[in-house]
Amino acid sequence: MLRLTCPVCGATGEETEFHAGGEAHLKRFGPGSTDEDFRDYLFQRQNPRGVHFERWRHQYGCGKWFHVARCTQTLEVFGSYTAQTSTVPDHIQSAIKARRPDWEPAQ
Amino acid sequence: MSTRIQSGGRLIDRSRKIGFTFNGQRLTGHPGDTLASALLGSGQVLMGRSFKYHRPRGPVGAGSEEPNALMGLGQGAHFEPNQRATVAELHDGLAATSQNHWPSLDMDVGALNAAMSRFFPAGFYYKTFMAPRSAWKHVFEPVIRKAAGLGKAPTQPDADRYEYFYAYVDVLVVGGGMAGLQAALEAGRAGARVLLLEQTAHLGGRLLSDEVEIDGQPSDIWLAAAVAELQGMDNVTIRTRMMGAGVYDHGYVTGYERLTDHLENATGPRHRLWRIRTDRIVTATGAIERPLSFAGNDVPGVMLAAALRDYVTLYGVTPGDRTVVVTNNDDAYRTAIALKLAGLEVPVILDARDAAIGPLPRQARDLGIRVEVGKGVASVKGGKKVEAVEICSQAGEGTVLETIPCDAVAMSGGWSPVVHLWSHCGGKLVWDVDQAHFRPDASRPPTDHNGAGYVITAGSASGALLSGDAMQDAAAAGRRAAAEVGFIPSEGDAPTAMAEPEEPVQPVWMMPAGASYKLRSKAFLDFQNDVKVSDVQLAAQEGFESVEHAKRYTTLGMATDQGKLSNINGLAVLADSLGTTIPQVGTTTFRPPYTPISMGAIAGEARGAIFKPTRKSPIDGWHDENDAVWEPVADWRRPYTYRRAGETTEQAVHREIRNTRTNVGLLDASTLGKILVKGPDAAKFLDLIYTNMMSSLKPGRCRYGLMCTENGFLFDDGVVVRLSEDSFLCHTTSGGSDGVHAWMEEWLQTEWWDLEVFTSNVTEQFAQVAVVGPKARQLLESLGGMDVSKEALSFMGYAEGELGGIPARVFRISFSGELSYEIGVPASYGRAFWDMLLEKGAALGVMPYGTEALHVMRAEKGFIMIGDETDGTVTPHDLALGWAVSKKKEDFIGKRALQRPDMIRADRKQLVGLATEDPATVLPDGAHAVAGVNEYGDPKTIGHVTSTYFSPTMERSIAMALIDGGAGRMGEVLEFPVGKDSVIRATVVDPVFYDKAGERQDV
Amino acid sequence: MKRYSAFAIAREAFRHHTGWERAWRSPQPKAEYDVVIVGAGGHGLATAYYLAKNHGITNVAVVEKGWLGGGNTGRNTTIIRSNYLQPSSMAIFEKSRGLYEDLSQDLNYNIMFSPRGVMMLAQTEHELRAWKRTAHANRIAGIESEMVTPQQIQEMIPIIQTAGPRYPVLGGLWQARGGSARHDAVAWGYARAASNMGVDIIQQCEVIGVDRDASGVTGIQTTKGAIRTKKLCIVVAGNSGVLADMAGFKLPVESVALQALVSEPIKPALDCVVMANTVHGYMSQSDKGEMVIGGGADSFNNYTQRGSFHHLEETVRALIETFPMVSRLKMLRHWGGIVDMTGDRSPIIGTTPVPGVFINCGWGTGGFKAIPGSGWATAEMLADGAPRALAAPFALDRFTQGRMIDESVAAAVAH
Repeated sequence: MLRLTCPVCGATGEETEFHAGGEAHLKRFGPGSTDEDFRDYLFQRQNPRGVHFERWRHQYGCGKWFHVARCTQTLEVFGSYTAQTSTVPDHIQSAIKARRPDWEPAQ
Repeated sequence: MSTRIQSGGRLIDRSRKIGFTFNGQRLTGHPGDTLASALLGSGQVLMGRSFKYHRPRGPVGAGSEEPNALMGLGQGAHFEPNQRATVAELHDGLAATSQNHWPSLDMDVGALNAAMSRFFPAGFYYKTFMAPRSAWKHVFEPVIRKAAGLGKAPTQPDADRYEYFYAYVDVLVVGGGMAGLQAALEAGRAGARVLLLEQTAHLGGRLLSDEVEIDGQPSDIWLAAAVAELQGMDNVTIRTRMMGAGVYDHGYVTGYERLTDHLENATGPRHRLWRIRTDRIVTATGAIERPLSFAGNDVPGVMLAAALRDYVTLYGVTPGDRTVVVTNNDDAYRTAIALKLAGLEVPVILDARDAAIGPLPRQARDLGIRVEVGKGVASVKGGKKVEAVEICSQAGEGTVLETIPCDAVAMSGGWSPVVHLWSHCGGKLVWDVDQAHFRPDASRPPTDHNGAGYVITAGSASGALLSGDAMQDAAAAGRRAAAEVGFIPSEGDAPTAMAEPEEPVQPVWMMPAGASYKLRSKAFLDFQNDVKVSDVQLAAQEGFESVEHAKRYTTLGMATDQGKLSNINGLAVLADSLGTTIPQVGTTTFRPPYTPISMGAIAGEARGAIFKPTRKSPIDGWHDENDAVWEPVADWRRPYTYRRAGETTEQAVHREIRNTRTNVGLLDASTLGKILVKGPDAAKFLDLIYTNMMSSLKPGRCRYGLMCTENGFLFDDGVVVRLSEDSFLCHTTSGGSDGVHAWMEEWLQTEWWDLEVFTSNVTEQFAQVAVVGPKARQLLESLGGMDVSKEALSFMGYAEGELGGIPARVFRISFSGELSYEIGVPASYGRAFWDMLLEKGAALGVMPYGTEALHVMRAEKGFIMIGDETDGTVTPHDLALGWAVSKKKEDFIGKRALQRPDMIRADRKQLVGLATEDPATVLPDGAHAVAGVNEYGDPKTIGHVTSTYFSPTMERSIAMALIDGGAGRMGEVLEFPVGKDSVIRATVVDPVFYDKAGERQDV
Repeated sequence: MKRYSAFAIAREAFRHHTGWERAWRSPQPKAEYDVVIVGAGGHGLATAYYLAKNHGITNVAVVEKGWLGGGNTGRNTTIIRSNYLQPSSMAIFEKSRGLYEDLSQDLNYNIMFSPRGVMMLAQTEHELRAWKRTAHANRIAGIESEMVTPQQIQEMIPIIQTAGPRYPVLGGLWQARGGSARHDAVAWGYARAASNMGVDIIQQCEVIGVDRDASGVTGIQTTKGAIRTKKLCIVVAGNSGVLADMAGFKLPVESVALQALVSEPIKPALDCVVMANTVHGYMSQSDKGEMVIGGGADSFNNYTQRGSFHHLEETVRALIETFPMVSRLKMLRHWGGIVDMTGDRSPIIGTTPVPGVFINCGWGTGGFKAIPGSGWATAEMLADGAPRALAAPFALDRFTQGRMIDESVAAAVAH
């Protein structure tokens, strides 16, 4: 039963207030892309045992989507941040590094 | 014999007697008794039968860890099986029945299993019952199932109520004994919001039985003061009869409060499931005494030493007059002393250790009790009750040195901290060699959302078994918890608790150490599941070396007590068999809940009609008053049809269709999703969401639109209306509105956040009525108001105005093929508008119709229905809706997917119509067409029926189907095997059966 | 290997059961094997067994980082059925169900297959139509399943409430030869039989690397040393992504926690398996008497084997709605299992981008019932180097082609 904080409205709430939306920072491949790129975008996932960047929606709150950096092994939350970005913000990377010194961003 | 004694019993009120029944026999007890103590007081030690061998059993404990004394309590709709008599509080009229025996508790045929037990070792069932093949299901399994199980199944719906509570606290303290109270005091004094839970009805824990000296005074004085102080703090809440059931991630805890089980004829909720969010949890859950593994340790009358002491001290009852005490530690001497002081006989204390030199043994000896060191129990004699104990040397193989008649045995194998809550979310344990138990490893706690440890143990739950240590540990735990949640705790001295010092425990995992097979096969580890020392040894011998394997192979620790008494003893036997150490063997995982909790409490109040709230349209009341046959549609309920007296459902549907096609029908379409999309980029955005081009739609016009997933499959459809240059109203399916709205927001916020668009789900803001049929215009004109003529409002047009004085949005769209208007009015006008249409339309033959008529009429027109023609694997092209998929747009959701190899296959399933050879024959729902043989050698299915009806309009059966390469099969006759030897033949036809030219709707 | 039988038990009873042998050997790994299977769960062990039995390939190692059968094989709700909708699903699940029928005799280990029947309730018109469609598909594929009426359901399952106020039961899809089996015994039985035929089951042996050269896989690195092989099969539910990453490819898989719970044991009250998908609950009664209840899955990636309590609340609520007496039972324990969910919720059996590396994963919430069939099909693939008919549709390339195998089309959940 996770406890998450929505960075848009600032509310901390129960997991049941939120809706999980899978891996974050996927690059969308549309018309003109190869079958393989399109497959990777649609189906292939990092699915790491460790630090995971993921999308959540504050479904029964402000309704906004946001991103969370979370450990899938311990469920520790390193931070939540705006969904309107295609990269992991520096302060989130630092927060992860502070607690997982060996962590390196996936390629 | 087991009886009520003259003295003691601080929890009972001897001045009053209350009546209860046990297996129909009328007995009495006192207020304050548990069911177990009342039964012991009534001479009843035998309380149940074990699971596998049906051995007679009495209570072995006095608390929630009890494996044996399980009973069915209550009657009828209040009956519940498998309740522990040791925690069930007695009340007037309590009806208890013992379990797992036939024909009676005293005389149980199943006990034959015990006599045959040599043939039923651990896992025997994996090795036999295999021939003949059918025998398992038909012979062996039924016998085993009947013999297994514990209590009887309840048969009636539950008459009780349950509820949820929510609590948000800084510090949750679980356990209301000395440690829990001290921890709560520390955190409470520091200012933290504290919730303290105690699973029993009484605060004080073991202080109630074992008085110690706190700050130089008897502990009762400290206890009263501590409780009073806590009760006086506004920031502290105390709940008794409430168990900390489970610890979950990020500081989520479930609490299980039993509100009325102890009351007669109570009203109000029976149980309450608390959902607690806390930053820190202090588990002051105490420790549980371990049994000793000697032959006959399960005979009724053999009890844990502290439990026996509790019965004497708290309830004034004893299982026997002559109690032999057997131990490997000093604490059990307290039992001998308590018994002696209560005037009962203790013929001998058998201490397996080499010496007993502490103050407690000295005190026992001073009272004249015989103490034998280096000795143990070879075997307990007796069947349904203890008759004697055979003494042997602990070091030997069990040679009987002496037989001592007695009627009770108090055993103590040492104490293990209750680590369950610590472990639920991953707290690790460490083996404490000195105290011979696993205790929480404070350096490896369960971690929360911040990565910080959020469970702190206190007192004996930490492994601090002696009172003085426990008090210090508890104070530190409470202070630490308070500090970690931002309060400043006291730095002063914690109270000093003093009890007699104790000499160390000496681990004894088998008694005697060299016990023969005969003794080992009578020495029980898991009482309820009848797992013996010999069973665990057999598991090890057969290669079940991991603790999980051994547990599952023997069922050790899998009974309803979840191994509270058996785990450590079993691990020790396994480790010994494998020639390794206990910490190397490790423990099994602890799963919530701590003790079983009622399903009723887990479900809470949401049952029956409010199991899931029903969404209702603003016109729902009229339907309900007018014979609606309801159908659940997503979360809504909608009228399937309106069945008049004397009609069948089918007749009603056909009447509604015929009337709509000849006169005028009304459909409550309020459940259709309505999403407002507005903003400078609204048109651009909808071009990406829909497969169609929406930016070319003119204001005041409607267009049927399709939505695909990114995987290219059709998932929702509906009419899009351009209200103005920058605003669109998007209709969705009834079940799809929330999903589509969320879908739009997801893309807007996470992919195309540069677009300036706002969306709003206005589904419930409007009631919507479809006025359908040749006389629809006539009806609307009779209301007065806006111009609804063909000229003013052509097919697929939209206008806003007033009808009969009610503000209205009118869409000229048709899902039936008839002249049709869908009219949206503010929800609060919905019923008035509906009533007005009925009133004004009476002369025109107006008649409401339900969802089934809607379905049939759209099928007659060949219109698809999401969920019927689509199933998540169907593309717009499959449904011959390619015209609604823009080729001009660079991109839309699903466009790329539709270009993949499997999506452009020519032989994909495609939508066709079907005309059965016999027009009266209606194809069954979901019937499959076959042709040839597939790769598995089965008949090859080439498609299936998606919609099938008898059409009252066409006066024949009609159907739609998705058929492999269907578009190229016009005129082909397909075979649909629909039963064992029954085949329906149907011709592939155009799916539009009615008014192919579309003349009726465009008038 | 000594055969198990009632006679053997009787013989051992008179010598204190001292004659029972180890159920499986505990060997050290050899330097090289013809086939190495990673993961000693049901699927991996069954694969090894059928490699040995059907294909005569016995120079096989099954390496396991923990203890055999310790993953989802021993943590599921043991439902066995084959009344799926899509032909490829029907084929492999029915193959599996058929193998279960004789598995106890085949393995000489009582896995307690109990074909007590599986009832899938229809509680909306839509679901009713979906089950009808499935029933037609099943009959044509030779799978015995049939639609039954609410009255029949009430007679077969006396504790059910068919006329609930919110979601009345409108009918059901009944598979009489579906049922359940003892999950641990399936793993143990395969392990014992495979070990007896020469397969090395190496427990407590974690794979830490996959060796490959230009031609493909050459071996693995483990905590018990290097093992050479030309054929490596990854069968590690809940860890598939981690192993695939080591081997150098990615999978369309996400790992989530799925919930299950059991009640305290009671005397027999439910004789079949009941699945109520509309309200998200399914339940059967074990031979021990516990009500075994399956719940929902988290929607976020999770490797903790815990999961979220609110799924249990929903499940229990749904079950009480369907079986009112459940309200007066008690939950004994609950737990989570980590399941691999694929892009279309159907499994993956096939070759991988790395020559010599094969994969079997993605069984989601429905792996237990597939163990024998999956092992059979995977063994065929390992023996031949390429999948045969049973496995072929489940190849990885379907995600590139857009050739989904979607069982949810009939509102089915894959339990």
